[in-house]
Amino acid sequence: MSKDLAIRVENVGKQYRLGQVGTGTLSHDLKRWWALTRGKEDPYLKIGVENDRTKKADSDYAWAVRDISFDVHQGDTLGIIGRNGAGKSTLLKLLSRVTSPSTGTIKIKGRIASLLEVGTGFNPELTGRDNIFLNGAILGMTKKEIASKFDEIVEFAGVQLYIDTPVKRYSSGMYVRLAFGVAAHLEPEILIVDEVLAVGDAEFQKKCLGKMSDVAGHGRTIIFVSHNMQAVQTLCKTALYLKAGTAVEIGRTDKVINNYLSREVKNRVAVSWDNNEDAPGNSIVRLLAAELKVANESNNITIESDIVVRIDFMVLKQMNINLSLHLNSATGICIFNVITQSLPLAAGHHTGILRIPGNLLNDDIYSINLMFVKDTSSVIYQFGDLLTFEVTEGQRNVNWFGKWEGAIRPSLDFSLI
Amino acid sequence: MNENSLSNENIEWDSVIGQQKKRLNFNFGEIWKYRDLMTLFVKRDIVTVYKQTILGPLWFVIQPLLTTLMYLLVFTNIAGIKTGAVPPILFYMLGITLWNYFSETLNITSKTFIDNASVFGKVYFPRVVLPISKSISGFVKFLIQFSLFLVIWLYYVFIEKSIAPNIYMLLAPLFLFAIVVMGFSFGILISSLTTKYRDLMFLVSFGVQLVMYATPVIIPLSGVHGKKRIIFLLNPLTSLFEGFKSGFLGSGLVEWKWIGYSVGFTVILLFVGIASFNKIEKKFIDTV
Repeated sequence: MSKDLAIRVENVGKQYRLGQVGTGTLSHDLKRWWALTRGKEDPYLKIGVENDRTKKADSDYAWAVRDISFDVHQGDTLGIIGRNGAGKSTLLKLLSRVTSPSTGTIKIKGRIASLLEVGTGFNPELTGRDNIFLNGAILGMTKKEIASKFDEIVEFAGVQLYIDTPVKRYSSGMYVRLAFGVAAHLEPEILIVDEVLAVGDAEFQKKCLGKMSDVAGHGRTIIFVSHNMQAVQTLCKTALYLKAGTAVEIGRTDKVINNYLSREVKNRVAVSWDNNEDAPGNSIVRLLAAELKVANESNNITIESDIVVRIDFMVLKQMNINLSLHLNSATGICIFNVITQSLPLAAGHHTGILRIPGNLLNDDIYSINLMFVKDTSSVIYQFGDLLTFEVTEGQRNVNWFGKWEGAIRPSLDFSLI
Repeated sequence: MNENSLSNENIEWDSVIGQQKKRLNFNFGEIWKYRDLMTLFVKRDIVTVYKQTILGPLWFVIQPLLTTLMYLLVFTNIAGIKTGAVPPILFYMLGITLWNYFSETLNITSKTFIDNASVFGKVYFPRVVLPISKSISGFVKFLIQFSLFLVIWLYYVFIEKSIAPNIYMLLAPLFLFAIVVMGFSFGILISSLTTKYRDLMFLVSFGVQLVMYATPVIIPLSGVHGKKRIIFLLNPLTSLFEGFKSGFLGSGLVEWKWIGYSVGFTVILLFVGIASFNKIEKKFIDTV
């Protein structure tokens, strides 16, 4: 079983110092040097906070990844998933030998090539031809290998006409295609890929993913990091789920992705106030509860899910009231604003229901702002971020896995006749 | 898991990251694997310098030529410094050519980590490939400049018959090699020392300028006397420069004692440079 191991990661940790380099770091460096020359352990490796970027640190050190161990077999395709700051990129940097771990070891069998960026070392003054050779050599190919792949690369990038023109004259699309072309024609035993797929147009992304599954099909080992669950699902047999620098789970991709989604997606889909005194509001209205439900049974809200938002509130003084609801995207853009009819509501308990049909929202994180409006003109009370929820990608039946553009994602009748 | 780690012993790993390597581990095999990269770097360095110029590589020659003329004007005509039996133009030209090679190698290799952080941060190859290729592209430039010197030199040897080259000329490649190794070693040492604390960088270009005045580039060693002469000789570059020059120009100090001192100095410096470079290259990307 262990004979066909390609990579073994043992107790790997990486510590970073927070803040700037200055005299403070000098004194730590001197203490560390003193400890190490006496043959003792590095005193600063014992401390350090976990990598939660939102909290203020109480230590000068943070662990980007800590105590990670896993094996990758030859021919495996491993996807690494996790939130921003989970340590994905650090782990890739360690695997591709850009920096060394603070603790633990990584053992590698086979030639490794890493694509943390396309076009590393491209020189704008050199021609496309020269850059293919230079970039290929930086990525670990020999001149002979590059020469044998040269025509394929040029064709893949579609830059035949410009091959002897300096790349500074290229359009950005041509530049990226050429850069990825070189990378895609690498033939290492182990290929490490960061989210380079985020660049380029749709057709090009499709080409890249196709190329990657080709490579994987030829029995080579691939490690792929992405936020794009769809791409990970399609490309990878196994997945590693990182959280705050530690490995939560490694296993079959669909299982790991499900766990990831259910754990990481922080939905606040229900709030309620038992006690009228605490309930937010004023002398005219008070909120009692708000709840978001998905029509299908599962907990995940996908782009196909029909969503029902129910709002319970108490009116204390009779007047003409209507509800106004804003749905905002994670970046704060208002996707829509809907209002109820305005009714003379009697004092007492009332309920508002909003139905958001499936195939309307795109995959994003949304929040709901609610307003109570009097006489359809003045705001009585408003409540921001009442509910937040994430809509995730469902099953896509196209071969393209990039981020689907658009504030909304309606399913309109668009067909070929 | 246990079973795995037992059978693990028979796997031959190609690379192990994170284990403490020996300090002076200079992995020639790995560098050899990247020889194509090295030649491509050299090509890039040469080709890109004078892109979009009309005179192109001629600039490699024009630059030292102008410097020589300036030295002739300032040091010979105005200051009246004597260069002994050697025609000043040859003396300055050879001095400048050698000095340029040394100082440019030192300056450029001393910025290895800082200048290339963006490439080093994205992909692995033996880091030392870069300073080596910089030294080689410096050599190509040196050859071009040196051939200009040779043209003028041939004129003085065969037509003016005013200088008599001697057998030490055969040692010139060795002197040159020692000079460039010294520049390289100083460069990578400084490069390793400045990734985290950049203070030293401010001293380097100033220091290099200063050392030039204690090297027989402008004044021949024969024109320096007393305590100053000791300072000149303690500069390990002096006997290498004098040795190189004596072969071509027929005058210069060749004293084995001092040559031995310079070579010993260079070898020690090379080891110190490699040791610190090896130590820093694994983690510098976090602090650069």
